[in-house]
Amino acid sequence: MDQFTLNLLFVGASFALYIGIAVWARAGSTSEFYAAGRGVHPVTNGMATAADWMSAASFISMAGLIAFTGYDNSSFLMGWTGGYVLLALLLAPYLRKFGKFTVSEFIGDRFYSPTARLVAVICLLVASITYVIGQMQGVGIAFGRFLEIDAFWGLLLGSCVVFAYAVFGGMKGVTYTQVAQYCVLILAYTIPAVFISLQLTGTPIPALGLFSETLNADGTSSGVYLLTKLDQIVTDLGFSSYTEAHKDNLNMVLFTLSLMIGTAGLPHVIMRFFTVPRVSDARWSAGWTLVFIALLYLTAPAVGAMARLNISEMMWPNGVNGEAVSVETIETDARYDWMATWQKTGLLDWEDKNGDGKIQYYNDKSDAMAEKAAANGWEGNELTRFNRDILVLANPEIANLPGWVIGLVAAGGLAAALSTAAGLLLAISSAVSHDLLKGQLTPNMSEKSELLAARISMAAAIVVAVILGLNPPGFAAQTVALAFGLAAASIFPALMMGIFSKRVNNVGAVSGMLAGLIFTLVYIFLHKGWFFIPGTNSFVDSADGSLLGIQSTAIGAVGAVINFAVAYAVSMNTKETPQEIKDLVESVRVPAGAGAALDH
Amino acid sequence: MADQSTHTQADGAAGYWTANIRIITISLIIWALVSFGFGILLRPLLAGIGIGGTDLGFWFAQQGSILVFLALIFFYAWRMNKLDKEFGVEE
Repeated sequence: MDQFTLNLLFVGASFALYIGIAVWARAGSTSEFYAAGRGVHPVTNGMATAADWMSAASFISMAGLIAFTGYDNSSFLMGWTGGYVLLALLLAPYLRKFGKFTVSEFIGDRFYSPTARLVAVICLLVASITYVIGQMQGVGIAFGRFLEIDAFWGLLLGSCVVFAYAVFGGMKGVTYTQVAQYCVLILAYTIPAVFISLQLTGTPIPALGLFSETLNADGTSSGVYLLTKLDQIVTDLGFSSYTEAHKDNLNMVLFTLSLMIGTAGLPHVIMRFFTVPRVSDARWSAGWTLVFIALLYLTAPAVGAMARLNISEMMWPNGVNGEAVSVETIETDARYDWMATWQKTGLLDWEDKNGDGKIQYYNDKSDAMAEKAAANGWEGNELTRFNRDILVLANPEIANLPGWVIGLVAAGGLAAALSTAAGLLLAISSAVSHDLLKGQLTPNMSEKSELLAARISMAAAIVVAVILGLNPPGFAAQTVALAFGLAAASIFPALMMGIFSKRVNNVGAVSGMLAGLIFTLVYIFLHKGWFFIPGTNSFVDSADGSLLGIQSTAIGAVGAVINFAVAYAVSMNTKETPQEIKDLVESVRVPAGAGAALDH
Repeated sequence: MADQSTHTQADGAAGYWTANIRIITISLIIWALVSFGFGILLRPLLAGIGIGGTDLGFWFAQQGSILVFLALIFFYAWRMNKLDKEFGVEE
């Protein structure tokens, strides 16, 4: 059986499974549609939340980013897991006790202001839609690559599948579908990693393999640690060392903090904690979610380091001081077939610039390498393009693993992108139908028409995402950073102050959210261009060229601080919160009496 | 009688909240110490402690902090469920 058929088989079988589950668990009532009847076990909920959370960014892109920069990108690992500590300690149990369906409902009730609820809805919509565009783009590329069809058709096909189970299933369908998706994606991520770790270090656990000694060709230990060897090879090729820090502390701390706060402020993640039966389950559920996320996040740095080592050694089969790999080997040797496959996608390319029949891969921007290059007659790096996002998908091919592993990785990458897209669509639809229509515009809406509105807004969101995904604005990574920055600067502080302070009032919360949101948005636009139109930026987006010496991806943490400060200052100088709101805060703080879910 | 019982309940709620804030504060200090501390700012101080071809700070940044985060969340869930019972505010 050829690779194409195998890919098709794995992707097809996994999809049949998801759709089957969605049909089986069809939602009947609004309560089931949004929150699965609050009957989901913490472990099940944790697994579904993990699938929801780990998107194409975690599965496809993160290990590649770590592979090519090393230590500096540890921010992703700490940021996207550390946010769960904030969520578990500061938000989840209290929001579950509050007992409504959506994040903006809490903000509207706690700050006794329809304006606050409206501002929250706007923040949620902007963050979720920008995020879902990135996911749909990922779906299109992955479908295109593995089914060997044009990315346009991949995108259309993917959007139909997302539509099918998100629209007809609601949260209940999504919860069980996402449990299945988690199983597929974690197997797809760890199985190749285990194989590669065994090949390189003889350790079956990749997370431990990262800190182990490498093996010689005959299977005996070489006595050299994997990371030492990797540091040596990459510095010999003129790249910066893998394990040392090259980024300034301020930007690294703020970037990590932005990702953490953003994680705890993203609506589709918070919504998950409304679906557990009890307050104590909300606490456990956050822990279980992180267990399931950690399985991938502990493996990711190993995947990155091992792939970097494998690629470097493939390009320099005789060591960095020997001869580089020849063009003939790349074209004829089966071990190099993956290079030709990926060349077709335009994401990988090479060129024999000096015409010596060999492909020299090194850092041609390094001064130290210029001398060596001149002495050897090299005319620049000849591995001209290596897109970091292909690393995880190409990894099993690079390590020469069996065809079924490659098919599994295809199914896993799609599961990661689709599950997050579905969760985001649900957050969007509830914001529109529940908060905007029922909460503000047409309060007398029947349950049936609310459900219909939820489905229509999901369909509309998919159409918007497909249209924008068809003509990628070319800033997918920045869009994700924007989504995180906005959630960090607007939603998280409002939620936290709503629980931990009785003094913060309606005016304070609204001014705080607006200040955090506008500051962050303007700062990003100043560095990335207004509405991301190229050339309209006033500052260069680097640590040196930026307005405050802070990169735009890290500014969300500053926006959050501004939100807190403004909200407190304004609240102190305006009317005190009414007694019934103080009572509401008191009741949210203790778990007793959470049993009955309040329906409005 | 009714007044007295309300009073005791209010005291209990305040005590419960103070105890909760204390546990949260301690947990968040550890949270910041392992990530921003050991993983980033204090890394040079730990450079002397080697682990598998690199130093302890690198391990905290890529794996150690995640393991501590896990321990913190489960500790908090366990400790709070105990606290709920001590103050009689469990579900």
